[in-house]
Amino acid sequence: MTAPLLSLSGVHTHVGRYHILHGVDLVVPESGVTMLLGRNGAGKTSTLRTIMGLWRASSGRVTLAGENVTQRPTPQIARSGLAYVPENMGIFADLTVRENLVLAAREGEIDAERLKWVFGLFPALEKFWALAAGALSGGQKQMLAIARAIIEPRKLYLVDEPTKGLAPAIVANMISAFRELKASGATILLVEQNFAAAKALGDTVAVMDDGRVVHAGPMAELAENAELQHRLLGLSLDRHQ
Amino acid sequence: MTETKHADWAPLILIAALALGALPFVGSLSTWVTLTVAGLAMGMMIFVMSSGLTLVFGLMDVINFGHGVFISIGAYVALLVLVPLAAWGTADSLGLNLGVIGLAAVVAMVATGALGYFFERVVIRPVYGQHLKQILITTGGLIVAEQLIHALWGANPIPVRLPETLRGSFVIGDAAVERFRVFAILLGLAVFAGMHLGLNRTRIGLLIRAGVENTEMVEALGYDIRKIFVGVFVAGSALAGLGGVLWALYRQILVASMGMEMMVLIFIAIIIGGLGSVGGCFAGSILLALLANYSGFLVPKLALVSNIVLMLAILSWRPQGLYPVARR
Repeated sequence: MTAPLLSLSGVHTHVGRYHILHGVDLVVPESGVTMLLGRNGAGKTSTLRTIMGLWRASSGRVTLAGENVTQRPTPQIARSGLAYVPENMGIFADLTVRENLVLAAREGEIDAERLKWVFGLFPALEKFWALAAGALSGGQKQMLAIARAIIEPRKLYLVDEPTKGLAPAIVANMISAFRELKASGATILLVEQNFAAAKALGDTVAVMDDGRVVHAGPMAELAENAELQHRLLGLSLDRHQ
Repeated sequence: MTETKHADWAPLILIAALALGALPFVGSLSTWVTLTVAGLAMGMMIFVMSSGLTLVFGLMDVINFGHGVFISIGAYVALLVLVPLAAWGTADSLGLNLGVIGLAAVVAMVATGALGYFFERVVIRPVYGQHLKQILITTGGLIVAEQLIHALWGANPIPVRLPETLRGSFVIGDAAVERFRVFAILLGLAVFAGMHLGLNRTRIGLLIRAGVENTEMVEALGYDIRKIFVGVFVAGSALAGLGGVLWALYRQILVASMGMEMMVLIFIAIIIGGLGSVGGCFAGSILLALLANYSGFLVPKLALVSNIVLMLAILSWRPQGLYPVARR
């Protein structure tokens, strides 16, 4: 296993009077895909939001590439090299596809080669380049959300349930896009409910329950152990493959 | 790259329909022209005064009841130019007349922009995300500023003389069109065009539009939304100051409460336009002023409630306003 790019140690998060994360310990190795799995309400989205600084950790430590980023404001955390795709995609519906991508290119210009690569992953974005993002279909919006995250290389991509509610053909497109991103040497922390997608992409896995990580290890180990899956995730592979 | 963004023409068609629909009821073409030009001028002045407020609300959910301060202060600060340079205003020279207005507008905008910066830091910043406190403290700020105007310029109304070449009317056929109203329309259109270009053709404009829709995502992309907001607040305050200068020249009399008196109209304009939408604010302001003018002429008693009737009608048709911003 390579050195961790991101690590959380003993992270607690409160939202208002609710105690959401109860001491999360998580390690994301450099290069490859770390899957963050767990039942609804386990704390996966809260973990990503805490890493991004959208919710402040009330205690504990978030370290990115050796730097403590726990109390930094969100824009600074993002500029430390993080890209974030929220569960609701967070696209700017009134802006065109082009404008959404231009904003994600922090230096103002989109690299032509990179854009060509993104269009190769998601051809629909080239077709609807000048269309308001709000007019795209659900799958196309998700493609745009991911394209916006990858339009410039980042140290770490945080992606929250990218296949949620999408048609199987679009899910296959997403999996293939993440495979290509992974092949480029990227580091991805991916929240996913679709276990087949998780199995196809993940190198390592962390499973959350009740606001803490209850299992961490290689994805292959979890994929091969039906009893462990059932215990941790309450699912049977037969039904989800 | 074939598909393109489609414009929503319905609100603009509504404005044209209202204007043309009023013609048969008004009866006389010349009266209709006078009423329409007056309505457009009034609409432009409301737009200039309110455009900053809609962005301030859209970007940070800040309800600023003190926005009227900048209108009043802008008008009073303009006196600092209009009084000593009164000779420019009375000269029979379009250049000097526009020069004195331009200089007054620049000074008013600089002063209200600076005041906006101070207001944001001292009054608004401590109450981010707390609507009730925002209403209370910004209303308090408005009262304090009005009293400051009384202390500095006195409590009596101050007359303002319109520069010579903007006095009187153009006569087109049988219709008399006041020169100042044409000036206000042109200035309003220029402000709208500038804002439209700025919001659509510049990176900072893109960030403002994105921020109005989803502030959190703008931050997650690495941009400090607070800095953007301060810039918008300052620009919005300066525009209100410019609106104050126009409003003062139109009324030709200054009172400290002139800004506060406009706040109901301004809030209606930004609500029917769609909170956070500059285009909506533009269309809403014009609709509001045209309807007030036509109804005031045709059924004077209706003019008392025309604004509310318009707001009910628009919100029944489009509950989020004429040009709803995606998040709202």
